[in-house]
Amino acid sequence: MKTLILTTAALALTAGAALAESHSQTVRLGTEGAYPPYNFLNDAGEVDGFERELGDELCKRAELTCEWVTNDWDSIIPNLVSGNYDTIIAGMSITDERDEVIDFTQAYFPPAASAYAAPSEDVDLTGGVVSAQATTIQAGHVADSGAALLEFATPDEAVAAVRNGEADAVFADKDFLAPIVEASGGELMFVGEDVALGDGIGVGLRESDGELRETLNAAIQSMKDDGSLNELLVKWFGEETQTFE
Amino acid sequence: MFASCADPETLSGLSWLTCYLTTGKHIAFYWAFGTVLLLLAVTAPVALAFGFGGAMAARSRIAPLSWLGKGYIAVVRGVPDIAFFLFFVIALDQGIEWLRHKAKCPDWDQPIRQGNDFIVCAEAKMPLSSSAQWVHEVYGFWLAVFTFALVFGAFAANVLFGAMRAVPRAQTETAEAYGMSRAQVFRRVIVPQMWVYALPGLSNLWMVLIKASPLLFLLGVEDIVYWARELGSTKTPQFTAYPHGDWRMWYFLFLLVFYLGFTRISEIVLDRIMRRLTHGQATLGSHKRTGPVGMSKAGPP
Repeated sequence: MKTLILTTAALALTAGAALAESHSQTVRLGTEGAYPPYNFLNDAGEVDGFERELGDELCKRAELTCEWVTNDWDSIIPNLVSGNYDTIIAGMSITDERDEVIDFTQAYFPPAASAYAAPSEDVDLTGGVVSAQATTIQAGHVADSGAALLEFATPDEAVAAVRNGEADAVFADKDFLAPIVEASGGELMFVGEDVALGDGIGVGLRESDGELRETLNAAIQSMKDDGSLNELLVKWFGEETQTFE
Repeated sequence: MFASCADPETLSGLSWLTCYLTTGKHIAFYWAFGTVLLLLAVTAPVALAFGFGGAMAARSRIAPLSWLGKGYIAVVRGVPDIAFFLFFVIALDQGIEWLRHKAKCPDWDQPIRQGNDFIVCAEAKMPLSSSAQWVHEVYGFWLAVFTFALVFGAFAANVLFGAMRAVPRAQTETAEAYGMSRAQVFRRVIVPQMWVYALPGLSNLWMVLIKASPLLFLLGVEDIVYWARELGSTKTPQFTAYPHGDWRMWYFLFLLVFYLGFTRISEIVLDRIMRRLTHGQATLGSHKRTGPVGMSKAGPP
């Protein structure tokens, strides 16, 4: 009897170990879920958008099992390094400051233009109050521009601040603002020159995850090579968006 | 959800609203109310148990145990909630993973801390990264329960500690005169009588606990405040079948009504309990519902 129990236990243990082995390649993809068209929650409450399609395709090409996780933008890096998920795919621009803390794959989105949106043409972009999402390259740019920076936890709140008069203009990725400006029916418009910031958008990874980084780099490269990445970019950001050569 | 909702653009008025309020996202919002209520239902008794343990330890005649109880009360009450929720949970999670790592991967030769990164072997992950999303959510929920219970347990411990001392000395003296041991006095006289002194403070704590539930989002549990913010934010037509402007005000108004209603119901129930507890007891509490002075000062701001 005792041996029987022992064998069963041993079997269960090895089975468990084997199971863990075959699934050890599950990669948890962290995103914000509040930044259309990059990533957002659709009506069914699922992660959707450009990065959803991109991430799923990358996982397919790299033969990884992937699981989407949403996380607040503010704590998206701390939760990555403490291991709650394995990648950040959340429209995060590659910058030197971030590169000190985490690693990035090659860019899957070319260096994007950021733009100001405001209710009228004659706002003071360097002396007025400009809203932006906290801890973004846009917030950094506003702080350097001389304007008073008003930071918000979500990009949507940054836009709402302009609508209710708290800020004179909002500064964000142009691709994020474009659908909002379009849908506002003239209430908001683009003001001033577009600004090119950052080195493009890449997948954020823990610095110790070199292997995953290589895998994803290869997958991104293969999507660049066969033109499917450009197709996705055009699908989500329109004909005029920048694409890869 | 309904077949008629397949093409929301053609709908208007009430039928649009019906479809809008039954999208998958809204269903998740409604479930989040269940999550919050479940958290409160589980946390309250666990916190009370923590409080009881803390108070007993603080009263102990064994010095180290008493220091432990008093230290718990002082430290946890003194640390701001938000710092506790941000720091403690990550530390707890990493502590669990570290222990599992030591047990399951003894031949792992790399350091666990690599720069900013916290790395344990894949088998030590809690929960395993291969587990379904709901497992992660349940785990997050229990971390939340534990953290809430620990924080509110410290406040409850202080309330109970005071309540145990508020039982009239004459009562315990009489019990001692009957030859009861210290433990018997505690069990038969102090505990049954202390509740009436503890209740005002405990009911305060309960109210604060209800209001603290939005802290859940800090712990990665998608609670009602998260969903209200997400659902109420401006929706542009490209990304949803139900575009709308900034409706956060309405969603938060709804939350306000929910919280006010819930605290009102709690007040009524707590009043009943108080009346029941004081029934036939010759204590201050039976005449004055506020209890002894100082007893109602509990809970974080």
